[in-house]
Amino acid sequence: MNTASLSPIILSLVTFIPLAGSLLLLVIPRRDRDIKVFALVVSLLAFVASLHLPVHLHRNLSGFQFEIDRQWIATPNIHYHMGVDGISVWLIVLTTFLTPLCVLISWTSIHERVKEFFILLLILETALIGVFTSLDLFLFYFFWEATLIPMALLIGMYGHERRVYAAVKFFLYTMGASVFMLAAIIWLYSKTGSFDFVDIQNAIRGGHVENFAAAAQWLFLGFFVAFAVKVPLFPLHTWLPDAHVEAPTAGSVLLAGVLLKMGTYGMLRFNLGLFPEQSRHNASWIMALALIGIIYGALVSLVQPNMKKLIAYSSVSHLGFVVLGIFSFTPAGLDGAVFVMLAHGVATGALFMLAGILYERRHTYEISDFGGLATPMPKYAAFFLFIVLASVGLPLLNGFIGEFLVLAGAFQARPIYGILGATGVIWSACYLLWMYQRVFLGVVRHDVNKTLPDLNLREKSALLPAAAMALLMGVAPILWLSSIDPAVHAALARFPQQIAKVVGQ
Amino acid sequence: MTVVALTHSLPALLAQAQAFTPPGGSEYMRILPELVLSVFGMIVMLVDPLLDENRSHKSLGAIGLLGALAALASTFYMAQNPGNAFWNMVRVDGFSIFFHVLVIAIAAVVILSSYEYMAVQRIRAGEYYGLILFGTVGMCLMSSAVELVLIFIALEISSISTYVLAGFRRHEASSSESSLKYFLLGSFATAFFLYGVALMFGATGSTNIDAISRALASGTVPVLAYVAVALMFVGLGFKVASAPFHVWTPDVYEGAPAPIVGLMSTGPKAAAFAVLLRVMFEINAPGRFWLIWVSAALSMTLGNVGALVQNNIKRLLAYSSIAHAGYLLIAFAAQPELGVSSAMFYTAAYAAMNVGAFAVISHFANAGEKYVTLEDYAGLGRSSPMLAATLTFFLMSLIGIPITGGFFAKFYVLSAALKSNLVGLTIIGVINSAVAAYYYLRVIVMMYMREPRGEVPVTPTPPATGLAIAICVLATLYLGVLPGRVLDYASQSARDLLPRVSDSTSTFAGRLGH
Repeated sequence: MNTASLSPIILSLVTFIPLAGSLLLLVIPRRDRDIKVFALVVSLLAFVASLHLPVHLHRNLSGFQFEIDRQWIATPNIHYHMGVDGISVWLIVLTTFLTPLCVLISWTSIHERVKEFFILLLILETALIGVFTSLDLFLFYFFWEATLIPMALLIGMYGHERRVYAAVKFFLYTMGASVFMLAAIIWLYSKTGSFDFVDIQNAIRGGHVENFAAAAQWLFLGFFVAFAVKVPLFPLHTWLPDAHVEAPTAGSVLLAGVLLKMGTYGMLRFNLGLFPEQSRHNASWIMALALIGIIYGALVSLVQPNMKKLIAYSSVSHLGFVVLGIFSFTPAGLDGAVFVMLAHGVATGALFMLAGILYERRHTYEISDFGGLATPMPKYAAFFLFIVLASVGLPLLNGFIGEFLVLAGAFQARPIYGILGATGVIWSACYLLWMYQRVFLGVVRHDVNKTLPDLNLREKSALLPAAAMALLMGVAPILWLSSIDPAVHAALARFPQQIAKVVGQ
Repeated sequence: MTVVALTHSLPALLAQAQAFTPPGGSEYMRILPELVLSVFGMIVMLVDPLLDENRSHKSLGAIGLLGALAALASTFYMAQNPGNAFWNMVRVDGFSIFFHVLVIAIAAVVILSSYEYMAVQRIRAGEYYGLILFGTVGMCLMSSAVELVLIFIALEISSISTYVLAGFRRHEASSSESSLKYFLLGSFATAFFLYGVALMFGATGSTNIDAISRALASGTVPVLAYVAVALMFVGLGFKVASAPFHVWTPDVYEGAPAPIVGLMSTGPKAAAFAVLLRVMFEINAPGRFWLIWVSAALSMTLGNVGALVQNNIKRLLAYSSIAHAGYLLIAFAAQPELGVSSAMFYTAAYAAMNVGAFAVISHFANAGEKYVTLEDYAGLGRSSPMLAATLTFFLMSLIGIPITGGFFAKFYVLSAALKSNLVGLTIIGVINSAVAAYYYLRVIVMMYMREPRGEVPVTPTPPATGLAIAICVLATLYLGVLPGRVLDYASQSARDLLPRVSDSTSTFAGRLGH
């Protein structure tokens, strides 16, 4: 088969395979096993299809590839415009990579309304991929909002005790913030007559947008607040711990793994892409917030008695690195930011899966309920340690590369940012290793834990790909960076000269 | 000035009376839907006594539905004959055709969704379907009348029908309260409208919209015209339930039969918005900007804040309808052409989602409308997945989530506002739609995330109700996925409505500059 002929439709294919699968699931009879197998097959199919993208991506071309641009609605001028570059392509693969693992990890933990669960999961996957493929602002907003409903329902229907509270909080936070983005999008449309990202970008750069100078700061903030809530940037992060603690495991994996990256991806693509001037003016306080997030998230993680909450706060800290990297405006910082997004997706996704496995056995996330688990569950402990080390940033595993690049970029921008950011790495070692010690090492303190079964084949097959990916990304980061780097340079090319030196000065 | 106008106009009126020529056949074609609806309404009333009282509701419903469908078909013939009729009292243009189709379609769907409701609630059906059809006559006429007196009569026809319909659950005190409240306050409001018409006649010497528009365009605008516009706005503001004339809404909606609330919150509202569009834009009403600005901002805010604390779903949607009236009014403050087309689109989208939501609610409410609190909806997602899914869809549309008509409706209105530099109103609208998400979400949370309560029975959806809901879902989805055609049609009709759009925008832009 000639793969090149696929290129105009491959993005639509990758985006809508899960949705098509979820529609088929609607008509499949309610036999739980069939539904799970079918969902797994669909998600694997989407993964295989998505691999086409990085394989056939021309790494040296700047601009968008695999583009498809058709008119959807004549008035207003909305196009079905999709395309990817070296950044978004990996976020798509991250999504399709994590979804089959989510299906596997939910195999036995979801007992009732199984059909609805997998339908929602697949719809969520389509929406997430759509966010990363859209080049039409309207289409982007459409997918952005579309992620909200399945995610809120997954939390609210399948979560733990306070699930309703968490689901509503999640929904309102994101919805409340994204209407400001909608207002900004409508403003841009009303002045340019287009929703097309590239057209609007050219119009802004060419100075063809009426009243732009006066409105630019507000537009920047409109987009920024929607993304900052999603990231979540301190102090808008308070929905995250609740959502994570209450969400079912698969929900947490996709939430931490992909949903949060929608925010940082949005900052990179839209805030930097459309408003380079304003990005630069606002960089100093944004970086300050990112640093607060890094340190605050880490310190709060340190004192969490609840394992899942600890991992949730660690996300606040790690995503702070991403924002720090993005607003350093250095190639190293942006490369690192994108790499941290991917690495965090894999490592934290795996951590949530591990926490979920333990919850299935003991129905608790309290660290104090465990201790000495390495004795009854040696394989589980080994996987856990491996992922913890990846997350901490041990060289040769994936966390190290991204954080190193981000800190290098931040240091270039302003040394103090680099220095403060670096303390975050130390803190992350503290809270994760301390948690590991309390859960796995020493003697078994609770008798119930003595007979806990170790990983079964299904759980191993869910964890192994994540662990292998963490290793591969750590050993051969060039596979990723070789396509990220040109895209990052293209993004930075729009910035005035010597941008690296002017931040915050 | 006014006296002069009066003395000038009297001979003209006399001359008009002398030059009486009977209207030709094509003029009757221009009110064909109204005629068809009236005939079917009378058939319903005549057939009613002949039928067995306990089984009459089915056949009467069928006649009513047939009448509505025939009227819908007759709009096609009406559309073939554009132009004025009956001494310039009625005008068939794109604008009036749009609203004819809309209100007749609303009536048809409401009749469908009442089909089983009548039997469950033990309501006598005769007058019920008759009144729906007669009320629709009034609403149709409101959209095509270009003579303020005729508009007033049409307004009364539609209002009196709805006053009676609101009280149809006779054995319920709340329904009688609803009807009486609606009647008293409604009459008060129409009196305001009439007063406004009288003053407008005083200011311009005519009650014909074209003549008024010409009179106001030439020379200075008398103070009386400002007062007249304000008074007419009070009357119409009551009908569309915009703040500060909204206080009746929750009580009336709570007591009235649920399908009738579906009608009331969309049909007469759409017709009243049509009148408001004609009055505000076609005569280029002086001083409308701040009236509308304040009313829109108040409606959105009071409606949404009020809805936050409601526990009865009918009251909740009543407050939501106040808020939606506010969003719609934003369009009235925008540039005429954009404003008119986006307002038209909004009424259509709002009708589709709200009639659908009330179709679900009226089925679920069961005998005596027992189950209308939010707690009753607990676990509906489990006990009746389809019903819950459709209600969720309508609520999402009311929130304004993409792929629903509600999203594009809000979107067009806000973009019209931004193009007219109404940044303040847009921001208020945007913040309000974020607040609104919360209370719609409460219903969804109840349905999906709470355990079902055993005592709420869920009866299977009867085919007529199912069909009504399906039509609304399809309409909402159509407006949400392919809004282009409806919007194009609306823009086309907006241009029909605004013949002198160039000079009206220039004066309007001048006012906006301040």
